[in-house]
Amino acid sequence: MADETLNPSTTDPSTTDPSTTDLSTTDEPDLYGLPEDAYDEGRVFTAGGGDWDEIAEEASELGEERIVVNMGPQHPSTHGVLRLILELDGETVTEARCGIGYLHTGIEKQMEYRTWTQGVTLCTRMDYLMPLYQEVAYCLGVERLLGIQDQVPERVNVIRVLLMELNRVSSHVVALATGGLEIGALTVMTIGFRMRERVLKIFELITGLRMNHGFVRPGGLAQDLPPGALDMITDTMPDIYQDISDIEDLANENPLVRSRLVDVGYLDLTGCMSLGITGPPLRSTGLPHDLRRSQPYCGYEDYEFDVVTWDTCDAYGRLRIRVEEMRQSMRIVEQCVRKLRDMPAGPVMVADKKIAWPAQLTIGGDGMGNSLEHIREIMGQSMEALIHHFKLVTEGFRVPAGQVYQAVESPRGELAVHLVSDGGTKPYRAHFRDPSFVNLQAMAAMCEGGQVADVIVAVASLDPVLGGVDR
Amino acid sequence: MTLPPDDPRTGATPRPDETSPDRDTVGNVPATTGAEPEVVEIRRGMFGEQDTGDTSGYNGLVRAVAMPSPSERPFGGDFDTVADALTGALARTGRTFGTAVEKTVVDRGEITFYVRRDAIVDTARVFRDDPDLRFELLSGVSGVHFPDEAGRELHAVYHLLSITHNRRVRLEVTAPDADPHIPSVVAVYPTADWHERETWDFFGIVFDGHPALTRIQMPDDWPGHPQRKDYPLGGIDVEYKGAVIPPPDTRRSYN
Amino acid sequence: MGIEEKVPSGFLLTTVEGLAGYMRRNSLWPATFGLACCAIEMMTTGGPKYDLGRFGMEVFRGSPRQADLMIVAGRVSQKMAPVLRQIYDQMVEPKWVLSMGVCASSGGMFNNYAIVQGVDHVVPVDIYLPGCPPRPEMLIYAILELHAEIQRMPLGVDRRRAAEAAERAALEAVPTSHMKGLLR
Repeated sequence: MADETLNPSTTDPSTTDPSTTDLSTTDEPDLYGLPEDAYDEGRVFTAGGGDWDEIAEEASELGEERIVVNMGPQHPSTHGVLRLILELDGETVTEARCGIGYLHTGIEKQMEYRTWTQGVTLCTRMDYLMPLYQEVAYCLGVERLLGIQDQVPERVNVIRVLLMELNRVSSHVVALATGGLEIGALTVMTIGFRMRERVLKIFELITGLRMNHGFVRPGGLAQDLPPGALDMITDTMPDIYQDISDIEDLANENPLVRSRLVDVGYLDLTGCMSLGITGPPLRSTGLPHDLRRSQPYCGYEDYEFDVVTWDTCDAYGRLRIRVEEMRQSMRIVEQCVRKLRDMPAGPVMVADKKIAWPAQLTIGGDGMGNSLEHIREIMGQSMEALIHHFKLVTEGFRVPAGQVYQAVESPRGELAVHLVSDGGTKPYRAHFRDPSFVNLQAMAAMCEGGQVADVIVAVASLDPVLGGVDR
Repeated sequence: MTLPPDDPRTGATPRPDETSPDRDTVGNVPATTGAEPEVVEIRRGMFGEQDTGDTSGYNGLVRAVAMPSPSERPFGGDFDTVADALTGALARTGRTFGTAVEKTVVDRGEITFYVRRDAIVDTARVFRDDPDLRFELLSGVSGVHFPDEAGRELHAVYHLLSITHNRRVRLEVTAPDADPHIPSVVAVYPTADWHERETWDFFGIVFDGHPALTRIQMPDDWPGHPQRKDYPLGGIDVEYKGAVIPPPDTRRSYN
Repeated sequence: MGIEEKVPSGFLLTTVEGLAGYMRRNSLWPATFGLACCAIEMMTTGGPKYDLGRFGMEVFRGSPRQADLMIVAGRVSQKMAPVLRQIYDQMVEPKWVLSMGVCASSGGMFNNYAIVQGVDHVVPVDIYLPGCPPRPEMLIYAILELHAEIQRMPLGVDRRRAAEAAERAALEAVPTSHMKGLLR
């Protein structure tokens, strides 16, 4: 049995070396493969079963002392369904590769069959730890395609910033909590998730859902803030600050954390630039590149916050950056709350009735549905409003043809959307440049030459979320 | 590429008519320069499906899908600086602006250079290295498929960001379906590695010179390239009690 | 399985069933099969606020050989389906599957080429939990329903009889697509 697994021509088709796999029953060339001489990684062995002793003995007989180990896709410590293919020489990683695509959902193609507004509910689920960033990037892109980016009310921008910064806090805290869990710091995990619950309660009050909100719509927001939202945020803020301090006390100067994170996952500025890395890994090299500062959107130029950098280019720097960015985010949240208190009540959608999402939902006696004022208006008062409601919900608005690239600074880096419109009611092409997808390419550069245990820490410091990687 | 009025493909109204009172049905054309918009597709019928025996008149709707037209100099703002620097830098590598760039489109506050595919590697290197351009970061490479734009069906789109000068630019390269090869820019921007793999996976664009062009998102032995327009969405019918709802790409939908 | 399978039907078997069910449901160890957004809600359910440790389930085993319950939390893509089946096969009997979220139960909002339209195409599911993502309270409710099922799980002869009865009922039942005339 071990002989069969070592014979390349009968290997399991999921081997990493396509040139040694012969899937065709005829002699037709594989249309989707490259010529066989394009690969020269040497012999690839896939162990598909059998006695470990026999396999190891045969492998060592052939003079190969290196073992290829597969971590994942189901693994407690890889952030989601990530497959790490590591070639080990003892404890040292000689080669590391990522296998991704285990969470590929076809969201981008699905968006081509759904209207522009329905696209929000799809794109929100890509990177599920920062759903509001995807929504805002997408809606900003649609607004630019429509040409209404200046007609979006001020209130909308402030609420968008408020929600985004709270999402940054909840996303960073998951990164820290799971990172802590992976190196064995379980209390960081429990404190982190307790803190995340506070933020999710705020989201639930404002948007109705804890995750995957679908709240930001092209042209504005789905609803205005409910009464009591600002008070609740103000009441929760001291607890959140206290939790951030708790995490700082547990993690920042902890000798165990330091010994596991310092000088692990080193990636300097040249490496970051060539690999297209943005976000905390780039800022850990010392470069203060933050799109909220350099190319502001949603009114970010009016807020006071610091761009947090560190200069050690390692996992410890990224930890410190994330913790400090949470503090800066709460600072922005405070400024948003102050602005919203001072701002008079106003619309949260553009004035153009041919684009503005019509309905306001409310909880009635029989569940959730359209608010009675809206129903009164469309059924009794305005035929035009009824037509707009009907056309917008069934057909959707039409967006003039063209393409746009909108980037936002998400917790993981530059999240951008490339939207192509053909003048119709559905996106012709929506492509998301996800920061986790790009940042994960750095895994090989960070891990090769290090220890196996450092692979976990390095990947955790990049903070990939496989929903965004695979889309 | 615009169609002359007597082109048989166009039927009744060949050109998007900006004087029409009902702009929604006759090609929403953004106001750019006076140049002719680029028609990439003609869509017939309101609901996409043809030959349904529908006599309501919606089937006779003809809409030209027109992308923004090419722009002439001056482009405005920062874009002229970029174009001048590009011209100068290309000249130092022995190319002229015209041989490398087919056309330039300035639309929605962004500039897109349509680069010829044999020039993309040199152009990318120029964008990265020239001190006045310094586009250090390649944000991503993705594809778009226009099945009706004969000879230019597959587009590969490169987005570049310059941190030094705080600018963004887009490069677009086209390739025909019959010969879907584009030179790879991995040697210039290593980050393009996974992006080009993904574009190959989803569109079938072969990037020549890529170190390991294999499928990245789909399983290794998946046939077809899913995000092409001729690939079905692939859903199944949803069963209800006594009724069935087909997947969204086989349903009637607004065209 | 074990000696409990060979007990003859009767009072002894029902006592053994009750005892075995009680033991099994009170320390049901989940296997980590978190895929997407539902995985985060699953982690939150294991966290301090919605504590799964009250039910003996806070230890999410990394190795499927040590786990009883596989909570398929999230969308299963075509590439992941063989891995899912392999993990399920590696689990030791008795094992249960909870498909958490609409994507695992039926493909959810993603009716396309990339997602398996319901993990029951790949593994046998014991309890379905809709939601996108389901709240932690919903997940706990589903787990408690599953606990009740496990408590009632027949063994040995009773199980064979129950399986035969279920098969007969399924063969005689009207398929969903033939249930017409309901919109009246």
